[in-house]
Amino acid sequence: MHNFEFVKPGTVAEAAAALTGEEAQALGGGQTLLPTMKQRLAAPETLVSLNGIAEMKGVCSNDAGEICVGGGTPHAVVSRETASSYPALSKLAGMIGDPAVRNRGTIGGSLANNDPAACYPAGVLGSGATIVTNTREIAADDYFQGMFTTALEEGEILTEVRFPVPEKADWQKFLQPASRFSLVGVFVAKFADGVRVAVTGASEDGVFRWSEAEAALSADFSAGAIAGLSVPADGMISDLHGTGAYRASLVKTLTSRAVSGA
Amino acid sequence: MPKDGGIGASSKRREDVRFLTGRGRYTDDINLNNQTYAWFLRSEVAHGTINAIDTSAAEAMDGVVKVFTARDFEGVGGVPCGWQVTDRFGNPMKEPKHPVLAEGKVRHVGDPIAVVVAESEAQARDAAEAIAVDITELPAVMDMKAALADGATKVHDDLDDNLCYDWGFVEENREAVDAAIAEAAHVTTLELTNNRLVANPMEPRVAVGDFNPGTEDYTLYTTSQNPHVIRLLMGAFVLGIPEHKLRVIAPDVGGGFGSKIYHYAEEAFVTFASAQVRRPVKWTSTRSEAFISDAHGRDHVTKIELAMDADHNFTALRCDTYANMGAYLSTFAPSIPTWLHGTLLAGNYRTPLIYTNVKAVFTTTTPVDAYRGAGRPEATFQLERVIDKAARELGVDPAELRRKNFIKPEEFPYQTPVAVVYDTGNYHATLDKGLEMAGVDTFEARCAESAANGKLRGLGIAHFIEACGIAPSNLVGQLGARAGLYESATVRVNATGSISVMTGSHSHGQGHETAFPQVVAEMLGIDEGMVEVVHGDTANTPMGMGTYGSRSIAVGGSAMVRATEKIINKAKKIAAHLLEASEADIELADGQFSVAGTDKSVAWGDVTLAAYVPHNYPLEDIEPGLEETAFYDPSNFTYPSGAYICEVEVDPDTGKVEVLGFTAADDFGNVINPMIVEGQVHGGVAQGIGQALLENCAYDENGQLLSGSYMDYTMPRADDLPMFEVDHSCITPCTHNPLGVKGCGEAGAIGSPPAVVNAVIDALHRGGHTHVTHIDMPLTPSRVWAAINGQ
Ligand SMILES: Cc1cc2nc3c(=O)[nH]c(=O)nc-3n(C[C@H](O)[C@H](O)[C@H](O)COP(=O)(O)OP(=O)(O)OC[C@H]3O[C@@H](n4cnc5c(N)ncnc54)[C@H](O)[C@@H]3O)c2cc1C
Repeated sequence: MHNFEFVKPGTVAEAAAALTGEEAQALGGGQTLLPTMKQRLAAPETLVSLNGIAEMKGVCSNDAGEICVGGGTPHAVVSRETASSYPALSKLAGMIGDPAVRNRGTIGGSLANNDPAACYPAGVLGSGATIVTNTREIAADDYFQGMFTTALEEGEILTEVRFPVPEKADWQKFLQPASRFSLVGVFVAKFADGVRVAVTGASEDGVFRWSEAEAALSADFSAGAIAGLSVPADGMISDLHGTGAYRASLVKTLTSRAVSGA
Repeated sequence: MPKDGGIGASSKRREDVRFLTGRGRYTDDINLNNQTYAWFLRSEVAHGTINAIDTSAAEAMDGVVKVFTARDFEGVGGVPCGWQVTDRFGNPMKEPKHPVLAEGKVRHVGDPIAVVVAESEAQARDAAEAIAVDITELPAVMDMKAALADGATKVHDDLDDNLCYDWGFVEENREAVDAAIAEAAHVTTLELTNNRLVANPMEPRVAVGDFNPGTEDYTLYTTSQNPHVIRLLMGAFVLGIPEHKLRVIAPDVGGGFGSKIYHYAEEAFVTFASAQVRRPVKWTSTRSEAFISDAHGRDHVTKIELAMDADHNFTALRCDTYANMGAYLSTFAPSIPTWLHGTLLAGNYRTPLIYTNVKAVFTTTTPVDAYRGAGRPEATFQLERVIDKAARELGVDPAELRRKNFIKPEEFPYQTPVAVVYDTGNYHATLDKGLEMAGVDTFEARCAESAANGKLRGLGIAHFIEACGIAPSNLVGQLGARAGLYESATVRVNATGSISVMTGSHSHGQGHETAFPQVVAEMLGIDEGMVEVVHGDTANTPMGMGTYGSRSIAVGGSAMVRATEKIINKAKKIAAHLLEASEADIELADGQFSVAGTDKSVAWGDVTLAAYVPHNYPLEDIEPGLEETAFYDPSNFTYPSGAYICEVEVDPDTGKVEVLGFTAADDFGNVINPMIVEGQVHGGVAQGIGQALLENCAYDENGQLLSGSYMDYTMPRADDLPMFEVDHSCITPCTHNPLGVKGCGEAGAIGSPPAVVNAVIDALHRGGHTHVTHIDMPLTPSRVWAAINGQ
């Protein structure tokens, strides 16, 4: 790890100002950034810790009935706080990494990073959540723009995520055996106006919605409704842990399990 | 009643108190005054010609003491190989130079090119990044068969090709085996790979070199399973330092699994560099470095054919193996696919004719050497897989097919057709025991339960044998070992009766500090707390060969027995003098020397005190003091064996395998500490399940390691494993060592992989996927799914 400056502002505004500095980078739980720095793959000059910003922490609900998760909230807290209000989200957060990762890593860090095998992107896209930053609100459908790419601008801070609560939902995660990230993960949410199916881990373009399944499930929310569908292997990630064809097959298997589990 | 001390007692591992409370003292805990730090600049390409190395920028950087390249090692030897294999034409293997730092060429990702020695590790690393290396990349040499093709790129330009040796065993049987296979009523053929593994001990390697300019003595602190072997190899072959000027200390060692047997370039580097910079030099491997610089294990590609007569008696076995050596020959690498593999191909069976051909191949990968089991897991895996496949083809019960061909209890000692003589064994007993423990009679009901949940259940059996307690020096010398394989012990009885046992073996987690005292204490009838083991330091232990090949209790323990016998003999003389009796009448029991048939006795402590305060002492007959050394060289290997039974459930939709049950019924001969033995089996089985289902050291075609961190290399974790059922009550003691012990360190890793794979194949067949005859390890969900779906 190279030397760096460290600042820990107390408000979003101060953090945003600090992030305008040369080679400054936001630090959430550090569960992605610190290993990268240790390997000398990243070398920010200033780390702006978001961990001292009270307004970015915790889970509450708003007048629209949405669950609002502060961008600096660790996975363990999300899992605990949403256990009864949004069990599928709680399940997702509770299955990320190990206890140390869940107690340090934050939803903001995970979504800003947008690892193609990360779990939250599926939960956020599957819920049709809204990403709130220090400057604007971004719909989930506009936020994820491919592997490790998001709508966030340089220095923009993800301050909150607002989840509408579906009638039914479930999260199915198939573990990549080594890292235990999602080899494939599927989040299915049934709302009054339709079903959303979001898939992580599978596509070379990052998290995506399986629209054919959404249409079929919106008409008939049962595992049988997608029995005749299949996911093309084209564009699926192929690596040591699974071929594209395998991942495509998992997408369908996990989707039907999520429907049954919802 | 379980004993509460001595041989057979489950004494708690005394070393664990310090290991588990953070008070162990490992090599990285050693920090010497005025110490410098080394950082290795390693090749990022698998193969290339080094055109130029510019160290000038690095040398000018803060804190840099000196930058080393191959130029600094002119006149220094290469890292030696400790075993020479003779090929089937009578020629010695090819033995290319393994320079401490790359000379002219890099041959694998991780090959060290230069080293910066600096005031801090961070400064050394910064400076290493400033070294400019101009490399012309050459094609990587990855596939073993392609590497042997005409015109293949050569790893070593000074060799004719990439073949290290072409070995045949038993060469005289070659034609007879071919004929028997041609005539057989049934031949089962299987092609398989034994996957390359990374040892991944919890403690990465560390080396600290300390040259003393005053005495011109060298001390090397290193993470080693065998400090004397390192002293010999590095002193005699690399740096030219005589033993009396070189001390090698391996303090607590946090696991090794074989990977800390070998002499590594980094050890030679820090020792050499310390004299150059005249300050201590320390190197601590990062985990990433460990993946590319610790010797890897396994990596065989094999075709095996098993011939049977109409009654299903095995008539012949033929095995063709390609064994990956990596870029250079690691210390014992050539012996693994040959003598530690070919001699085990009889397994537990009466197969009369066996021939194995092994082609050892150089590739542009990290060197491969022994890893827990070393050659014996490869032999066991192919044998137990092909037998399972044969049973399926013949439609017979795999247990029955094994029983039919087992060597019978009354046939021991048994001369196999592959040189070795098994002294004892009872394979029927261990198989019956294992099947009973595994509850095979109720297996069908469990199958039905799984089926009701959409899962496929399967049962896999394997029965292994291993040759361990490595072993007779005269024999291994004939086989090409450049070292003897005896072991040593000095039993130093102190004046007040406490005992220090100095042994040439060295624990890297096995629990020697607990088990060895049990032996000595039992023989003397004293409390085992009075006995302490001293190991890991060439300055205060007799020359010994270290710990690997499940040899420490069988060979090292035997040396300890011999030394303790000498102690008893001398102590009886002293006691006879003190008791004014004849030596022949002295009996030792419960720490008391008594005169047979009388109530006259003298306590252990009085005798030991007399030895060191010899006021009333037979000085005319014996010397004062009570300290004896013995070197023990066994007359044969030992042959543990056992039945391993695995029960799995496969999710046919995802291909995920869950291990639901695992039974190990072993014959380890006599057992010194049952709890430690169980722990060794647990660890070994965990590693075996890891190899079978999870671990895969994979390279891409350019020689880049795809599984170079724990993000991609799957270590077995507790939740990947079931509770193990372990038994070692079927005992046929070893006949040729004084303890009747066989060794237990590797068994788990040897017997378990075929049991797991057999279970998965069984599950798939029960589920109707009968087209699947084999899946290569690791049986990842993706591979199992692909096999089910014919992809
Ligand atoms: C062992 C291990 C296992 C893991 N397993 C999983 C898993 O199963 N599933 C999974 O999804 N993830 C997993 N992770 C990743 C984990 O969830 C991380 O916590 C997460 O990806 C990053 O969150 P963080 O708060 O640690 O971010 P950091 O590492 O601090 O930062 C990551 C990136 O996000 C930026 N950033 C951080 N916070 C914000 C913000 N509020 N606004 C804008 N930018 C920000 C940083 O500048 C940086 O670029 C694992 C990590 C580890 C170490």
